[in-house]
Amino acid sequence: MPELVASEALSAAGLTKRFGGLAAVENMSFGLAEKEVLGLIGPNGSGKTTVMNLISGALKPSSGEIKLYGDNITGIGPSQVATKGVARTFQLVRMLPAMTVLENVAAGGVFGHARRWGKELEDYAQGLLARVGLANAGGAVVSALTYIDQKRVELARALASDPKVLLLDEWLAGLNPTELNVGIALIEQLRSEGCTIIIVEHVMHAIRSLCDRCIVMSSGVKIAEGTPAEVLADHGVIRAYLGDENA
Amino acid sequence: MSIAEAAPVVRGGPAISAREWRMLLVSVLILLAAACVPLVVGGYALQVSISIVMYAAFATSWLLFSGPTNYIALCTAAFFGIGMYVTAAGVDLVPYPVLILASGVAGAILAAIVGLATLRVSGIYFVIFSLGLAELVRQCMTWGQHVFGTMSGLYVTVDRSEPMYYWQLLALTAVIFLVGWWIGRSRLGFALRIIGNDEVVAVHCGINTARAKVVLFIISSTFASIIGALVAPRWGYVEPVVAFNPFLSFQVVIMALLGGTHRLWGPLLGVIPFTLLWELISIEFPDQTTLLLGLCFLLIVYAIPNGFTGLIEDVWQRRKGGVAPGARNA
Amino acid sequence: MITKAAGTPAICSSGNRNRSIKSDMDIVIIGLLLGGTYALMAMGLQLQYGVARIMNLANGEVLIAGAFGAFWFFLGTKASPLWSLLFVVPCAFGLNWAIYRVLIVPLVRRSKSQGKLEVDSILATFGLSFFFIGIMVAAFGAQYTDYSYLSEPVFIFGQRYGLNRVVSFGASVILCAALYLWLHKTRAGLALRAVSVNPSAAGLVSINVINASALAFALGGAVTAAGGVLLSMYLTFDASYGVVFTLKALIIVILGGVGDIRGTIVAAFVLGLAETAVATLIDPGLTLAAAYVLFMLVLLVRPQGLFGRRVA
Repeated sequence: MPELVASEALSAAGLTKRFGGLAAVENMSFGLAEKEVLGLIGPNGSGKTTVMNLISGALKPSSGEIKLYGDNITGIGPSQVATKGVARTFQLVRMLPAMTVLENVAAGGVFGHARRWGKELEDYAQGLLARVGLANAGGAVVSALTYIDQKRVELARALASDPKVLLLDEWLAGLNPTELNVGIALIEQLRSEGCTIIIVEHVMHAIRSLCDRCIVMSSGVKIAEGTPAEVLADHGVIRAYLGDENA
Repeated sequence: MSIAEAAPVVRGGPAISAREWRMLLVSVLILLAAACVPLVVGGYALQVSISIVMYAAFATSWLLFSGPTNYIALCTAAFFGIGMYVTAAGVDLVPYPVLILASGVAGAILAAIVGLATLRVSGIYFVIFSLGLAELVRQCMTWGQHVFGTMSGLYVTVDRSEPMYYWQLLALTAVIFLVGWWIGRSRLGFALRIIGNDEVVAVHCGINTARAKVVLFIISSTFASIIGALVAPRWGYVEPVVAFNPFLSFQVVIMALLGGTHRLWGPLLGVIPFTLLWELISIEFPDQTTLLLGLCFLLIVYAIPNGFTGLIEDVWQRRKGGVAPGARNA
Repeated sequence: MITKAAGTPAICSSGNRNRSIKSDMDIVIIGLLLGGTYALMAMGLQLQYGVARIMNLANGEVLIAGAFGAFWFFLGTKASPLWSLLFVVPCAFGLNWAIYRVLIVPLVRRSKSQGKLEVDSILATFGLSFFFIGIMVAAFGAQYTDYSYLSEPVFIFGQRYGLNRVVSFGASVILCAALYLWLHKTRAGLALRAVSVNPSAAGLVSINVINASALAFALGGAVTAAGGVLLSMYLTFDASYGVVFTLKALIIVILGGVGDIRGTIVAAFVLGLAETAVATLIDPGLTLAAAYVLFMLVLLVRPQGLFGRRVA
């Protein structure tokens, strides 16, 4: 197992998840520095979302260890992980349908890492809405929002907890080209503000422009690691995506 | 005052809005008017009024848990019976007010055990567990009395007049409302609304969903046990078959459903007509009560699934021409 | 291993008659005989909950209706109550098919999510259970009911057991085996198993999920009623006793794992043994408590059941 560096925001060592006999994630080890944006890429079914679920506590690893600033968060359950300071968005956007946009955002800031309440919570949630570009939508019903706006709300909800680490699971998926540019700009802004982020993404130009570093997964194992330019040029990576003939 | 209403701003904090003050004022006026009932009526009308406030207390406390979580608790009778038995067992030993508290504590302990065993897992297990809980407690009680050689029936002699029973139950109903209102404004209430909307989001927001549910179930069950303590002296004689009658659990659910489970005051709208209907049925068709109530229950589930409050809100929405009815229910 | 103070009167299961239990071997054999009949009853609920995905709280009332059917047939004809299966089973099948079509399908249509359907079907079948109790009280009265059939003893390992228990067990084994073979050897059985595993995927391979669910629900009701016929041969029952059987069947299904027929059979025997042991060694009035203890253990240790897959 690799040495864990103390300044790391998040580290995973020997992370493995088996469903029955099938290993969805096999012996993954990686680190994430503070203020780093890490991309997690790979073909469908390569185990990226499983890694996100392991970090956020939605799944319990079969073996291996996850640490948040040196604090062991392995298997403590999703609500505890959230309380420690890991926030996430979902692959398929999840709204609280019977609540307003503002309440949807506020939900993230009460019970987790940040514990605001009352006027302070409301002001903070309102500020986040402005930050993601929905300053005037606070009172709206979430079902009235477009897809990109729901994604914005979800991002604001994740940010409401002042996360130490933010997990974005295909946050850009399903957006049209214009929306995509807006989305990328939004994450770019978070990055410049010093957020520590892990991004699972299929949109390659987003990976190129946003990520400091990339990990490529295939069939549950890490096959490459490096800057986006490096890994996307790697023969093993191309083979994993496109098959042997193209490599 | 609602539990699942979509409010324009996040509620909570110290500030009470003007609208809330108005609601509070109206509630106090209704409470005062209700408190005058024993001064005006007596005899059979007062008996029916006592039933109404008792069921109001039951249905509202039931709603505290089952409303926001959507977990149908079928065990009111178990907690009611516990309260009765604690009172009956201790009536010659300690002062009556102590017994009321002790009943609440006993109910809370049972609720904590049930909640910790079932609410961590999945809603369906809770429902199943609650279905037989009254029968389980009854069996254990009967066995315990058999082992310790006490009689199965117990006499409860506390001197109370009929108006007194009414006022006690009315006061308890008011307390349940206050607690419900307070929960609605608290972090716990906000957590429950999030859980009710999407439990996956709730856990990833850092909510300990099992704990929130267990706390709420304890609160709700404690009230049901206290009602048992308040009603026991009126019955005078307590025995397992009567105290743990599963029919009570059934009545409470049907009344809450009839009124509507989306608003704290919903059950009130169901309790009054249903208690009157129930009186009518038990006088006119004393042998067919179970059959007719089963039928009423089915009618409510199919014809007015959102209860009277749902109907009222739909009419209101349509008049305003606002969002489609049923969106609330999504 | 377990000894029992001599001379203490004990009866197995609430309302059992004709027998007193003397040895550990008795507990095992009586428990297994009881478990055999429980297996049939729980298979009925398994079909309704595991395949049709409807939590049917009126299941126990169907069982009691089957018991009343057998009782009524026996009083009228003095022939073996087993013959009453010939009309109880088709009637229960028809009744449950109608319940699914008339009461459940509208709920399936109107509910937006599985969770909402679950709440609605719990409420509907809960109301239905009281409706059935009302009908049975009107038809048969509210008193405890039993009848004496094949109550002569039969000897197993030198001990006396009621012949009715043994016959009931045998009939249950035959019916369970027939059901198992049907589920595993026929096209319709395969369709039901497919729906049990994944309704939406079953729909994709052109299985009509609503029809398959209706079939499973109706068949489940028929099997449960058959269980009622067999149990009535040696248990005392009354119109409002159904909820206890609903609970026992539910606990067996959860213990065995939802959708797992083998698990259900094993769990039924576990419950039969546990109940008989508690009834014999502690108090015959605590059979439900025995079931609840098992339930608690499952919840705390293996919520997915003995062999079951974890339910999402």
